[in-house]
Amino acid sequence: MALQSLDIKNRSATTTPTPQARSTVEVAKLIDVSTCIGCKACQAACMEWNDIRDEVGSCSGVYDNPTNLTENSWTVMRFSEIEEQGKLEWLIRKDGCMHCADPGCLKACPSPGAIVQYANGIVDFHEENCIGCGYCITGCPFDVPRISKKDNKAYKCTLCSDRVAVNQGPACVKACPTGALQFGSKEDMKDYAQERIADLKERGFDKAGLYDPPGVGGTHVMYVLHHADRPQLYSGLPQDPQISPLVAIWKGATKPLAALALGLVALGSLFHYVIKGPNEVSKETEAEVEKEDAA
Amino acid sequence: MIRDPKDLKRYTASERVNHWIIGMCFILLALSGLAFFHPAFFPLTSLFGGGVWARILHPYIGVVLAISFLLIFMRFHRLNVMTDRDWQWLRRIREMANGDDHNMPEQGKYNGGQKLFFWVQGICILLLFITGLMLWRAWFDLPVTLVRVAAVIHSASAAIMIAFTFIHIYAAIWVKGSVRAMWYGTVTRAWARQHHRDWYRQIVGK
Ligand code: HEM
Ligand code: SF4
Repeated sequence: MALQSLDIKNRSATTTPTPQARSTVEVAKLIDVSTCIGCKACQAACMEWNDIRDEVGSCSGVYDNPTNLTENSWTVMRFSEIEEQGKLEWLIRKDGCMHCADPGCLKACPSPGAIVQYANGIVDFHEENCIGCGYCITGCPFDVPRISKKDNKAYKCTLCSDRVAVNQGPACVKACPTGALQFGSKEDMKDYAQERIADLKERGFDKAGLYDPPGVGGTHVMYVLHHADRPQLYSGLPQDPQISPLVAIWKGATKPLAALALGLVALGSLFHYVIKGPNEVSKETEAEVEKEDAA
Repeated sequence: MIRDPKDLKRYTASERVNHWIIGMCFILLALSGLAFFHPAFFPLTSLFGGGVWARILHPYIGVVLAISFLLIFMRFHRLNVMTDRDWQWLRRIREMANGDDHNMPEQGKYNGGQKLFFWVQGICILLLFITGLMLWRAWFDLPVTLVRVAAVIHSASAAIMIAFTFIHIYAAIWVKGSVRAMWYGTVTRAWARQHHRDWYRQIVGK
């Protein structure tokens, strides 16, 4: 799902460095939940641009539709109703891949080049290299990738890497009627977020802030939240996401060490043979057995 | 073919077939599993027709292995009960490795090392089977924390099992006259007397 012209910074299951002569600016999408009206224009634009159509589902009683990310719905709006100081608040969050700087999906992926991270920060799946094992789901701290039942490939938001490669903003950003979605360099997006946060604080949301979680090295999709101290309010946005320690053990130094240990066992056996020679039945025992048999 | 009518029967044909089904499954599982284990081994997927095929086949071969191991487990577990003598043997394994096995405690059909291997394999295969099912996204979809735990246990027990199997294979090559027991079922009397004196006595009555 990606344009090769973008510079690749990180490649799944690859132990040698990727080309690094050029560097590009880091990009980011900023989602200002305080100005989102939940119209789902972004959801529709995502389907439209990427040519994906989910099955027509049924109404679950709330606005969430579809109710979860799927291989054909790379972004969904999540609506939560909470009570704050006796007032109802309707918190709407556009969910999808966060394009982590330290992506758990890429770390977990066993197939070389099935997941790449571009120099601009976008994390992209190359479905032609995907083997369908689902390790990306196991690695992701945000529960984002989905495996298609039809082709057993993993899918998720591409941050419109194909559009970004030719200097266009993502389709969702283009479609947003209120300006709740912004796209640009990560620096600019952080600056813009500070303006929004200052405005929110003035209006009484003194805990307003930017969601750019350091546990995954920051993300290339960031939120402006009115309650940045409690991101879980927004349909379970994780408080301090990071690659699970279990995934770190599973995919960390233990693997090459175990491979080395296996190599040593094999080599050790070979040299044991060379040094000690085979363990053969001794002539003495053979003679004893013959004597016994004769008796 | 009977080479020498005095040779001792160690394995029946069905035990040997059972063993080799496990052996084949193990090799296929280790090769395809290692491919996902570390990028250095990913090229092994081409033995299976590519990454997708390796991913599809591995768990099914695993199920065959689990079933065939269960059969061999039922056949051999009584013969593999660990006794004091086995622990003694294991404590003195260094002498054995030096090729100086004449003073080792006398062994029955299986020595302490073989018995230990049997139980390690049993535990590893049990763990690999349970965690393998948990990782199997084609059929199951469990909470992500469980899948993460399963991934750690599956890869750790696979590494242990592969290491023990290397030693198992090497021991069979090192101790001359052993491999034929698994090919055509018999061993020589001298082999039995040297390596499994107690078993030799039971069978031969001397
Ligand atoms: C007993 C039944 C088994 C089942 C159901 C099973 C299933 C699985 C599954 C589903 C995976 C994930 C990749 C995929 O989807 O194909 C996997 C990975 C793996 N399996 Fe198995 N497996 C079994 C036995 C074994 C055995 C006996 C070995 C070792 C000889 C083994 C070694 C591995 C390794 C090394 C991995 C990669 C783990 C990683 O990525 O860290 N498996 N297995
Ligand atoms: S949110 Fe999940 S899928 Fe997206 S980059 Fe991070 S780890 Fe990968």
